[in-house]
Amino acid sequence: MPRLSSYRDFDWVLLGFVLLLSLISVLEIKSATLHTKFHGFDHKQIQFLAGGLFLMFVISLIDYHRLIDIIHWAYGVSILSLVAVLIVGTKVLGGRRWIKFPGGIHFQPSEWVKLVLILAVARYFWGLAGKELTWGDIGKAAAMIIVPMALVLKQPDLGTALTYLPILICGLFLGGIRFKQVGLVLLALALIGGVAWKSGKHLKPYQQARINAFMDPDSDPRGSGYQIRQSLIAVGSGGIWGKGANKGTQTQGDFLPIPYTDFIFAAFCEEHGFVGAIGVLLLYFLILMRLIQNAQTASDLPGSFIIMGVVAVIVFQIAVNVGMVVGLMPVTGIPLPLLSYGGSSVLFTFLSLGIVMNIRMRRFVN
Amino acid sequence: MELTHHIDPNDLGPNGKAEKISAGKLHAAQYVVAFILIVLITGLWRLQVLGADNFRALAEANRIRKVPILAPRGRLFDREGRLLVDNYPSVSCYLLREQVKDLDVDLPLISQGLHIPIEQIQATIRRYQIAPKYQPIPLKQDISPDEQAFIAAHRDELPELETLDEQRRLYPRDGFAAHLIGYVGEVSEQMLDDPRYAFYSPGDVVGRSGVEQTYDALLRGKDGSRDVIVNSHGKELGHLGQELAIPGKDLKLTIDLDLQIAAEKALDGKNGAIVAMDPHTGEILAMVSRPTFDPNQFSVRLTKNYWNEILTNPDHPLLNKSLQAQLAPGSTFKIIMSVAGLQENVAQTMHVSCNGGAEFYGHFYACDKHHGAVDINNAIPYSCDTFYYTLANRLGIDTIAKYATSVGLGQKTGIDLPDEVTGTMPSTAWKLKTQHDKWFAGETISVGIGQGAVTATPMQLARALSGIASGGVFRRPHVVFADEIPSEMQQAIQESFPGSGEATIPLTTENWELITDAMAAVTTTGTAAEAHLEGIDFAGKTGTAQVIGHDALAKTNKGHNTQPNAWFVGMAPRRNPDIVVAVLWEHGNWGNNSAKLAAQIIDAYVNKQRKRDNNIRIAATPEPSKPEAAKPEADSNATPTVPSAE
Repeated sequence: MPRLSSYRDFDWVLLGFVLLLSLISVLEIKSATLHTKFHGFDHKQIQFLAGGLFLMFVISLIDYHRLIDIIHWAYGVSILSLVAVLIVGTKVLGGRRWIKFPGGIHFQPSEWVKLVLILAVARYFWGLAGKELTWGDIGKAAAMIIVPMALVLKQPDLGTALTYLPILICGLFLGGIRFKQVGLVLLALALIGGVAWKSGKHLKPYQQARINAFMDPDSDPRGSGYQIRQSLIAVGSGGIWGKGANKGTQTQGDFLPIPYTDFIFAAFCEEHGFVGAIGVLLLYFLILMRLIQNAQTASDLPGSFIIMGVVAVIVFQIAVNVGMVVGLMPVTGIPLPLLSYGGSSVLFTFLSLGIVMNIRMRRFVN
Repeated sequence: MELTHHIDPNDLGPNGKAEKISAGKLHAAQYVVAFILIVLITGLWRLQVLGADNFRALAEANRIRKVPILAPRGRLFDREGRLLVDNYPSVSCYLLREQVKDLDVDLPLISQGLHIPIEQIQATIRRYQIAPKYQPIPLKQDISPDEQAFIAAHRDELPELETLDEQRRLYPRDGFAAHLIGYVGEVSEQMLDDPRYAFYSPGDVVGRSGVEQTYDALLRGKDGSRDVIVNSHGKELGHLGQELAIPGKDLKLTIDLDLQIAAEKALDGKNGAIVAMDPHTGEILAMVSRPTFDPNQFSVRLTKNYWNEILTNPDHPLLNKSLQAQLAPGSTFKIIMSVAGLQENVAQTMHVSCNGGAEFYGHFYACDKHHGAVDINNAIPYSCDTFYYTLANRLGIDTIAKYATSVGLGQKTGIDLPDEVTGTMPSTAWKLKTQHDKWFAGETISVGIGQGAVTATPMQLARALSGIASGGVFRRPHVVFADEIPSEMQQAIQESFPGSGEATIPLTTENWELITDAMAAVTTTGTAAEAHLEGIDFAGKTGTAQVIGHDALAKTNKGHNTQPNAWFVGMAPRRNPDIVVAVLWEHGNWGNNSAKLAAQIIDAYVNKQRKRDNNIRIAATPEPSKPEAAKPEADSNATPTVPSAE
């Protein structure tokens, strides 16, 4: 008789780390919006977090196998919603990313598609479990990711589209892709990338400008390089100990662009310094290690795949976002999970954690 | 191995081998995570530990802006401390382009509130298109309280409008003393290139003419600054330290407001210039040039119409004619001729018979009257041309030039005002140099009556007469009291305005008395008898100068104003005068007309002196007096004494 799952097996330690980061997030959002018209976003973030926590507990009660059972339907709905966004979506800052529902609720389908893709990839590789991957298997897995990716790119939202990629990579890696295959794929990508870069026609002008600005932030201090330059100044001027909460001149003086979302880590680094930044990265490290441990203890293959999919997405977002803030990556507009302001991002993170909890709670089921 | 493709967890086989991801792969994932975080930490280390100082400096440069505190410009007073030029607080409106959301939407409202046509705003913005976005565009200067209230009431709808408190120059109305005072304006590119103005920065308001220009360094003071904390939109969030402004120095001018008013009135509706000066000191008591302009229009942004009006006016309102009109002095030059003739011991014994002119070198030179027998004593009062033609012929051009140059013709006087001109005093050397030609004796004859190549400014004539009437002691004309200026600057000012300045020439007492007595006769029985002032020792010399030669006159069309210029240089009292007045009335037709204008100023001066301290020195009968350079009877080279202060 299988044991019933119980909250004794809920990962309270993981939740503790997550809530600690969420608290830091709320405080930094408050600081970053103190003198702006976005004042009060910290309260909204608390509401998002409360909603996220609620959903997390709800989803942790649903057996993830049920979710995997219906994932092909969810995948279909995802594709449809992404198509719908392109047709009826609300245009914000040059991209159609949002669907407006009655009652003032905006929804960004591309965020929850991430979760669907994680589950879909898990189901796909579960089906292939142990088998050596053929080129056909790899092609199918790639198609599964590339179709929604292309739709999101069309919005256009390069940042979110890119976050789908680690789900595929992680799936292929864990699914048993061979080194020879990896080599061939990389070679092909390098060739395609080289040709695309040469022709320069596949990037939007603003994207090309961002890459140029990344290469040389001082080339255009009031244009594309502005964001990177201000971010580097914010981070660097924070020094070892930081300027203190609510005292970052770059953050408070509105020099740092969108310091409550994409550049929140720069704001945090300015006000809390190298020491604070190390602390936050340490929390991320602990969370990620805890997640990987949960993947290890999962009772079955799809459970591990799902958790590692979540890990892949979070690691990728940290790498790209923090990398951007410290000048190691170009500006892509990817939020930092658990720190950046935003309902859709919070929703994704907590729903993912809910599923992770569910997997953990069922680790002794067999 | 049997693999299941079912997804029902209950169908999972008992063998869990394929149901697990290998521990090695998960370890690899852990290493990947750790590696990524270490790379990020390295990035943070590079910025926050190694680059902290550099980035801190950049962050400070970002947020701290130096905002100038404008120093109030020094005010100008007349010699008795009456205010001439003041400052007034003024508010200007600027457009901050970084704050604009949709200008096309806001334009009608801005246009309506600030009373500027939409097209004009658009034109202004277009002009500033190449300027960096953060630079504010001046929309309107000196806005009204209504307009200020409009901006304050629309802060939320029109965040792009900003006001700035400034101090503006308030000049007397109607161009009163405008040429003397000058005006201020934005420093020109030309001035910025001049090393003398190295301390100016673009956008600075500086004196562009008159006293405002000469004494700019004193008047401007020193701007202070505040270090303010701003956000990325330039909005002020607070301030750190400040350096207070040092206000500009107030200056007392040598001008006497009462005399200036009299001179302005005298020249009202005419073209020309009047200079009144104190020969004892060189202090300018009044200076007028007509037509005039309104310097207040220059201190606010000049309207295109007004600028066009000034530029196209054929009478050149911006020209300070007392310093910049170089014209034939006409018969006023006969004073200098008399000095030359007497000092050379030629004129004393010269007698001519005037029959309306005389012939020299086969050419007839006309006199306006038949004066009959003329000697030096009546040649001056009746301004007999025949006498001076003959005298000029006897002296020769180089002797005339020697004396004319010694009294300051052909060179700047060195007055402390910009753009003075030199005039011309011809000589054989001058002609050789400028025209590479020999001087013909016939050319000397016209010079004898102040025609021909000789030209002078009203200022030069005033200084020349001052010196001659003071017995040969010449003073540097100036409009600001020397003790108002720091001593190190006095020297600099004198060096930047070179000219004849202070000088003493030999003039025997007999000659001095003869000339001054003859000039007194001008206003009693002579050419300016109509300007006679009862009870005032008023002396002078008229001049009626042809604007073009007789031959040209016949050929010229009627449209051009060919009436002669009317000159008068006069003084009171006749010897060691307290005031000398030079009047130029362009196309005033007859020297006598100008004498009447000079008489108004002399009259105003004497009445004021009498009212004040019952000054008897200017009483009608001249007391026997000594020349300014109180020299022993026989010795004409003695050093002059400084005239006692009044």
